[in-house]
Amino acid sequence: MASLKDMRVRIAATKATQKITKAMQMVAASKLRRAQAAAEAARPYAERMDIALGNIASGMAGAEGAPKLLTGTGSDKVHLLIVATGERGLAGAFNSSIVRLAREHISRLQSEGKTVKILTVGKKGYEQLRRNFEKLIVDRTELRGVRTLGYVNASQIAEKVTAMFEKGEFDVATLFYAQFKSVISQVPTAQQIIPPKFDASKPAAALAPYEYEPEEEEILGDLLPRYVATQIFRALLENNASFYGAQMSAMDNATRNAGDMIRKQTITYNRTRQAMITKELIEIISGAEAL
Amino acid sequence: MALHFELVSPEKLVFSGEVTQVDLPGAEGDFGVLEGHAPLVTTLRPGIMTVYAGGNAQRIVVLGGFAEVSDKGLTVLADTADAVKDFDRAVIAARIAELEQQATKLEQGNELDKIITRLDHFKEVDRHLTGTAAH
Repeated sequence: MASLKDMRVRIAATKATQKITKAMQMVAASKLRRAQAAAEAARPYAERMDIALGNIASGMAGAEGAPKLLTGTGSDKVHLLIVATGERGLAGAFNSSIVRLAREHISRLQSEGKTVKILTVGKKGYEQLRRNFEKLIVDRTELRGVRTLGYVNASQIAEKVTAMFEKGEFDVATLFYAQFKSVISQVPTAQQIIPPKFDASKPAAALAPYEYEPEEEEILGDLLPRYVATQIFRALLENNASFYGAQMSAMDNATRNAGDMIRKQTITYNRTRQAMITKELIEIISGAEAL
Repeated sequence: MALHFELVSPEKLVFSGEVTQVDLPGAEGDFGVLEGHAPLVTTLRPGIMTVYAGGNAQRIVVLGGFAEVSDKGLTVLADTADAVKDFDRAVIAARIAELEQQATKLEQGNELDKIITRLDHFKEVDRHLTGTAAH
């Protein structure tokens, strides 16, 4: 049986832990608000880009000489997986759920005999994927030093990806990230970005015959790398919001657990204390009776 | 007076509303858009665009982007969009330095030509901004 002093120390330690998790929860909540606002503010650009590119692409469909970034290389032998995770842990299953989805993808592709290459964004994903797929990781980016995510960060990654594509190092690129639904729900998502898949359910807006300046090919050549960057940027922002959401609920749970533990420990402490008092009393009384 | 104009940068929706006219730095020359403009898709070069609304003209620096005119109005997807007065000239200076460095490394050819054209665009914006500052 632990002594009363030991138990007091343990209760104090649990209380200190609870204070930390509580603080982390509040920090995550305030960062979440900012991250969510940033993710929402970036949506119009990505949506407009989708519509514009969809319009042009449907106009170009089947035309010869359409850029490869749009139509693909024609084969799907080599797959590039861009796995975006967080830089930090302590966010519940956030990182591992993205990694799990990526891992399932990898095993499926490998069983189909495809070659897989991985590009990780974020430290946690790299650490987890390194264990099994060290040889497949071709590149990694860490955003640890980045205070606020900017478009620049995404376009640097996109430049790498498009450069690899132009060198013919892969045929299909898929982006993995967690889509932010709400504080309690983040959905790990796989999205194919090269060649892009457009939402076919949306009826193409009545196609006005656009004038192109310069030529369609040139515009697409400019627009497609930008599209890749935009998709990556959106994924990073969604991921960021998801991360803080996951961290907030993880820390909320931890705080509640610590509260439960404190209650249980206090009860045990009080019982032990009372037992000891009773024992001392019995000793005194029986001592007095013996006289 | 009812051209619907939307200016979006990757970070946010900068402007959305009705304007009279917008002048844009197109990749193949400047052009103005009024209500009822024919559908057009074009890329933008780094430059300065002017938005006329309610008798006021607002000047905005765009560092490259993409413009689409349809029957719904004008949408500009800009890489960066800042009002001239808020624009940080250091950004331009950094880009110019970066491009100049790239240019010195390259052999003659298409790649170099592209960079030199881009460099010219940035320098033009810079000149323009210096000019406005002097007024």
